[in-house]
Amino acid sequence: MRPRVRFLLIVPVLVFLGVFYFYPLASIFGLSFWGEEGGGAGNLIKLVQTGYYARVLWFTFWQALLSTLLTLLLALPGAYVFANFNFRGKALIQSLTAIPFVLPTMVTAAAFQALLGRGGLLNGLLMGLFGLQSPPIQMEQTVWFFLLAHVFYNYTVALRIVGGFWANLPRDLTSAARLLGASPLGAFGRVTLPLLAPPILAASLLVFVFCFTSFGVILILGGPTLATVEVEIYRQAVQLFDLPLAAALSLVQILFTFGLMALYTRYEGKTAVSLMPEVLGDIRRKAKAGLEKTLIWSNFILMALLLGAPLGALVLGSFLTEEGLSLAYYQGLAQNRAQSILYVAPLKALFNSLAIASIATLIALVLGFLAAAFLAGPRGRGAGLLDPLFMLPLSTSAVTLGFGFIIALDRPPLNLRSAWILPALAHALVAFPFVIRSLLPAWRSIPASLREAAACLGASRFLIWRTVDWPILSRALAVGAVFSFVISLGEFGATVFVARPQSPTLPLAIYRFLTRPGAMNYGQALAMSCLLMAVTALGFLVLDRMGRVREGS
Amino acid sequence: MVRTASQGDREQMAKKFLTVLSVILIFTAASAGAGEAGPFVTLMTHDSFAVGRATLKAFEEQTGLELKTIKTGDAGAALSQAILSKNNPLADVFFGVDNTFLSRALKSGIFAAYSSPGLAGIPAELRLDRHNRLLPVDFGDVCLNYDKGWFKEKGLPPPADLDDLLKPRYKDLTVVQNPATSSPGLAFLLTTVGRYGEKGYLGYWKKLRQNGVYVSTGWSDAYYGQFSRAKGGTRPIVVSYASSPPAEVFFAKEPPQEAPTAAVLAPGSAFRQIEFAGLLRGTKKEKEAKKLLDFILSPVFQKDIPLNMWVFPAREDTPLPEVFVKHTRVTDEPVRLDPEKIGASREKWIEGWTEAVLR
Repeated sequence: MRPRVRFLLIVPVLVFLGVFYFYPLASIFGLSFWGEEGGGAGNLIKLVQTGYYARVLWFTFWQALLSTLLTLLLALPGAYVFANFNFRGKALIQSLTAIPFVLPTMVTAAAFQALLGRGGLLNGLLMGLFGLQSPPIQMEQTVWFFLLAHVFYNYTVALRIVGGFWANLPRDLTSAARLLGASPLGAFGRVTLPLLAPPILAASLLVFVFCFTSFGVILILGGPTLATVEVEIYRQAVQLFDLPLAAALSLVQILFTFGLMALYTRYEGKTAVSLMPEVLGDIRRKAKAGLEKTLIWSNFILMALLLGAPLGALVLGSFLTEEGLSLAYYQGLAQNRAQSILYVAPLKALFNSLAIASIATLIALVLGFLAAAFLAGPRGRGAGLLDPLFMLPLSTSAVTLGFGFIIALDRPPLNLRSAWILPALAHALVAFPFVIRSLLPAWRSIPASLREAAACLGASRFLIWRTVDWPILSRALAVGAVFSFVISLGEFGATVFVARPQSPTLPLAIYRFLTRPGAMNYGQALAMSCLLMAVTALGFLVLDRMGRVREGS
Repeated sequence: MVRTASQGDREQMAKKFLTVLSVILIFTAASAGAGEAGPFVTLMTHDSFAVGRATLKAFEEQTGLELKTIKTGDAGAALSQAILSKNNPLADVFFGVDNTFLSRALKSGIFAAYSSPGLAGIPAELRLDRHNRLLPVDFGDVCLNYDKGWFKEKGLPPPADLDDLLKPRYKDLTVVQNPATSSPGLAFLLTTVGRYGEKGYLGYWKKLRQNGVYVSTGWSDAYYGQFSRAKGGTRPIVVSYASSPPAEVFFAKEPPQEAPTAAVLAPGSAFRQIEFAGLLRGTKKEKEAKKLLDFILSPVFQKDIPLNMWVFPAREDTPLPEVFVKHTRVTDEPVRLDPEKIGASREKWIEGWTEAVLR
């Protein structure tokens, strides 16, 4: 690609980030440190004076690291199974794994509580079975409870990013290693694993950043004694209105992630390998009896316990009333008991959610695609700096960015503070790093020789793109689209504090039910969550079909 | 590489997807663009604000104004955003400052004084701002709730007062919210400060800790996670509102004769959270904003408050819905704390509490 073209690619991305990320961020930092509301930096001494904030940062770091390792450990076998074998219901199962991503924190917490709480299903079962006096599982408000939830949320990230890449890996290298006398395990360790390093790193990075800025999960499941940097920012900004301290903490959070990203980018460059992609459809096969079947089945059981049980508890809860199974909660969704304007017809909320998610996905895909096209080119100073920069929106405190929008986007032509598109823009900002991370490993794996060969044979630039690049990239792009869509549907991260007009989305409607007492409110929250889950699964099935070659056609 | 049939398939799917996307985009743009015309007034508020359809229609008929609402997070976040945008207000009226945030709101100078005629019907004890920059709209009593069925089954008398929670027979039965992250949690902390004094409240909490109090993050995970009426919950005493028992009846599948929960409303065991609305300084629609404030304090709006927001209307002469009359009451002697004092000491109190209960 010619340098000038390459430069043009990145301009829209930089403009978007500049206007909707750096400008709001700079505004809120400026106001916090030097503005009248900031009240000077007198409080900043607290940051270093007590050991408290250092401990918070340390805790934030190690819990994110541990969550990432656990997620990888549990999801990599799944990635192997999904990349190598064909089985019935595969597309369905794969789309189901991403559902946790859209569930509001409170709903997930309720599901975990119903399963693993002191009076939960599992404790009840064990106490009945073994005649115990007190509940044997006491996980509430421990580190394990939220670690489990982090794995629940992020399993799909590792599964999709690694699995998607793995499916494209040529098998002849492994076969060659085996032919040369390597054991299956040896071939895996010395051939497959090094080749998988780029997507594994990409997935780890996303999971780490996700957990690093974790807010609700740790607050609710971890209990009040555990606080991440994100929790402290919320507390300082909203509860105590200490903007300088909140801004300083945000800055720490951003710089920390930037440093980590810069390290990653340097390392990632060393791991990328060009590969001749396999002709799809030939690789994945039916499992043979014995070891492979055992592996697949044990993976299914793991997924059922880890993902299926909490989701199942939610579905059951949405049907289970005090008088037994019924559709009452679903019927309740269609009634407006207090004749309130706040009542949200589920279809309206669904429409709002889908509209916002579609716009956000479209923006994120375009931006992510352009950014990845730029980054995939020859490595220069630009890419080394820009790549970590592009990841920052994902790691920026939701409160800080929301407040930044309020003060920065307040005048024409950017008078967007209460515009309907603002939530979609905020979602796109958080989603596009996911698109980059899904695309980049695939893009870098395309061997130059393949393009050159096509060019030698007289193919036009466009034809080369269509026949060489696109088939490889489209699968990665579909993965990126899935993530953008769920990030937006689930109102993830930076969007909670964005002001919005009267157009509630599904997660907001669920939240509203959960802030009121009464069986119908709780039941309807679960029913609406199931609606959200169903829509998500459906959306994925469609997206998956686009990214997947249909076998046998 | 040969172009296969399946690639064509995929492209077709992609095209279909894009078509669906663009249709959605056009519809959204169309629906967002519609209804811009006509005079309107904007209300900024938190996520729990609600009003009935008929009431809204009455407002539009009376004033010829359309009501637009902007919502943003919880009460604290909404107020912070209003303060941040004070040089160029997002709205004309703000609703949702409570007495724990009152002093911060007044100090920020974002509210302009307006002595609405509606104030005449509101008791003096609710009117905490002498200059009428913030006008009381509703109030709710934060107090202990208990699960009646649980206590009946165990043959235990339910708690009648804050002191009861320290008794051995109520060990491990109570769940409260973290005052650092939850509004009812803070209100309950303030109850203990008001009841036992600045010197005594930490002593109470230390004993409560020894008696196995459970601290949850927010109201939802306490009520729908730990409370014995929740799935997986085991504790029959929870901090909630005096209006929760009627809400349990109203939002039951089949409304029961008797509420399944009850509120502890003995003297000195509840904190009165008063919610205020105010005219945002710098609005270009002062006249319209005043009309909205008058309406919020008028009988029509006030009557609509209980079933929409599950709090009590500020106007004394407002008739309450039957479900409120039957299943709860207003406490006679709530704990009182000067908002000024709350503003000055809340951080200190929360820190003291955190030290005593969590560390």
